[in-house]
Amino acid sequence: MSKIKVVHYINQFFAGIGGEEQAHIEPEIREGAVGPGLALNAGLGENAEIVATIVCGDSFYNENLESAKETILEMIKSQDADLFIAGPAFNAGRYGVACGDITTAVQNELGIPALTGMYIENPGADMYKKEVYIVETRDSAAGMRDAVGKMVPLALKLVNNEEIGSPEEEHYYPRGIRKNFFTEKRGSARAVEMLLQKLKGEEFETEFPMPSFDRVEPAAPLKSVKEATIAIVTSGGIVPKGNPDRIESSSASKYGEYDIDGVMDLTEATYETAHGGFDPVYANLDADRVIPVDVLRQYEEEGKIGKLHRYYYSTVGNGTAVASAKAFSEEIGKKLIEDGVDAVILTST
Amino acid sequence: MQLELGNIFIKDVQFADTTHVKDGVLFVNKEELKALILEDEHITDVQIDLARPGESVRITPVKDVIEPRVKVEGAGGIFPGVINKVNQVGSGRTHVLKGAAVVTAGRIVGFQEGIIDMTGPGAEYTPFSKLNNVVVTMDVKPEILQHAHEEILRLAGFKAALYLGEAAKEVEPDEVKVYETLPLLQQVAQYPDLPKVAYVQMLQSQGLLHDTYVYGVDAKKTLSTFIYPTEIMDGAIVSGNCVSACDKNTTYHHLNNPVVADLYEKHGKELNFVGVIITNENVYLADKIRSSDWASKLAEYLGVDGVVISQEGFGNPDTDLIMNCVKIEDKGIKTVIITDEYAGRDGASQSLADADAKANAVVTGGNANEVIELPPMDKIIGDVSYADVIAGGFDGSLRKDGSILVELQAITGATNELGFNSMSAKGY
Repeated sequence: MSKIKVVHYINQFFAGIGGEEQAHIEPEIREGAVGPGLALNAGLGENAEIVATIVCGDSFYNENLESAKETILEMIKSQDADLFIAGPAFNAGRYGVACGDITTAVQNELGIPALTGMYIENPGADMYKKEVYIVETRDSAAGMRDAVGKMVPLALKLVNNEEIGSPEEEHYYPRGIRKNFFTEKRGSARAVEMLLQKLKGEEFETEFPMPSFDRVEPAAPLKSVKEATIAIVTSGGIVPKGNPDRIESSSASKYGEYDIDGVMDLTEATYETAHGGFDPVYANLDADRVIPVDVLRQYEEEGKIGKLHRYYYSTVGNGTAVASAKAFSEEIGKKLIEDGVDAVILTST
Repeated sequence: MQLELGNIFIKDVQFADTTHVKDGVLFVNKEELKALILEDEHITDVQIDLARPGESVRITPVKDVIEPRVKVEGAGGIFPGVINKVNQVGSGRTHVLKGAAVVTAGRIVGFQEGIIDMTGPGAEYTPFSKLNNVVVTMDVKPEILQHAHEEILRLAGFKAALYLGEAAKEVEPDEVKVYETLPLLQQVAQYPDLPKVAYVQMLQSQGLLHDTYVYGVDAKKTLSTFIYPTEIMDGAIVSGNCVSACDKNTTYHHLNNPVVADLYEKHGKELNFVGVIITNENVYLADKIRSSDWASKLAEYLGVDGVVISQEGFGNPDTDLIMNCVKIEDKGIKTVIITDEYAGRDGASQSLADADAKANAVVTGGNANEVIELPPMDKIIGDVSYADVIAGGFDGSLRKDGSILVELQAITGATNELGFNSMSAKGY
């Protein structure tokens, strides 16, 4: 097996170029390991090697996010890297942000396993911990040995596609990824025990800490509904009969875009729901119950609305991950804006 | 109210000329059982199969799982108001064929029924892989519409379970357990120094394949109410419910409600279990507000110090769960909620559709979106061709070799929110 090729990212300070006065330097690539890379390289052992080190000034990266990222991604591509490591950044704020940002880009855009390390109070930790593995380090370079000792095993696991243990076991900041595991006691027994602890005023540990929810500000009202182009977007799963896009009955991985040009009424013969989370009988009998095409056509005719948009968008909200829903809505939103839609009727079930 | 449960441990199931129990083996007269099912003129065909733990068998689409029970002493019969006449159950003596179950399967009614594998990785996630199952697969007349179709299969399952349960009547149980809950004031007085605890059981009631029945009444048309825990053991609550089969309570789950069992386990020792409040999960906001108002009011009325709240389902009922939790906490009553999660296949999304900081004590049955590969099985009972469209399946779920790639969601009982299983999830 050939050696695992590692590209390492550090800032101007750790490259020995200089401190704040050199923070403006542009990205450059050097062969082999530099500075802290030497310790990392030693830790990586026989099977992996730092083939190149990218050095970039912290100010340059933070002030030129897009172009810096682009240049560095090209550099990494040219090395045909198997693994990318940035930092550790300890408590250096802009360095931490740069490490988090470039690690995320390498992982998401190049598909190369990537990780970084920093101190818990480094702003980069909070900003990027959900995106990438960030190993917890001390607040200064005095903690280098400790950081290398934690980063190397996790890096090797990532590149070898091995199972990653819990945040406590692997020393990374929890990413909010939920994983199942089997327990000693059944859920009901755990619930009764937790209640007894709560009643006695003892410490107890919830199995699911409540998240804080996004709240969406309502948009400003339309100036005139009579001139508005109105579109329909639904999570009620209304699709042309036969579900041509095979949208899943639960946990949808996609949405459909359907042309309703000239469609005056949705009938049992032409439309149905793909949704598996509610009694579908009434939606299948008359899909207008979920997306009111018939009434909007009538309003269109009577001049109560400008017009009904030619396409409607539909997915299944049943058990569908928020991340999927967000991705669908971003795409749908973009299309609606491009098409000059003024307002959307969102229906759920 | 006091109930003796006589458990007869069943370690095998076999076909025979007469239906009876001997030395821990349940013998089933297949033809007699078939004839009983076919008494319903709407059922055109029935097939009876046996599925034992460890066998290479896949059962799908599963609608319900039912434990055979029979009343030996005391008023009423199992499943009152549904199969037996309406009569108060929950007292006297009931015999149970522990380790046996009826599983109903057949042509799909909706998108949603589940999978039970008797061996392999899928078997780890469903409690029903550990049972000796009598599987009843039915076809109904083609003109029968979904609501009627569901009802026919549901009732046939209960009939089959009662038929098998009769075989337990004369058998000496291997163990007898006694459960007793006194009328409220006496119950409170019995253990004055222990914290008073009730159980708030939420019943899925959102429509076709999302319904639950209490003494035969559709739960969506009920107001929240009190019930003795032992009534539940005699089949006062039954399932009509198998959508996203992972977190729906089968009738087996109701009969063996683990929250009831575990509260009784600590009853008189660490807590005083005073009773159960049942409340529904309807789709309309007005119903959610009304039902959670009632559930919290009844908890206050009982004067309890704490409650365990169990959910059924996900998404829309997350709202009911949080309303119940918050309103009960606002009465100064401590809560623990049992739910499950839909955090996406990668586990990175928000797990619940509603949340509140007051819900600070949560037990989870796990992330139902987690994907599992179910290897091919030698025998299929039912029909696997629906794997792509059941909840938890997707286009391409069923592969050519018969293996299935699905979310846990499709496995009957996998993330049960009564806390039936030994599974949880944690943050990585």
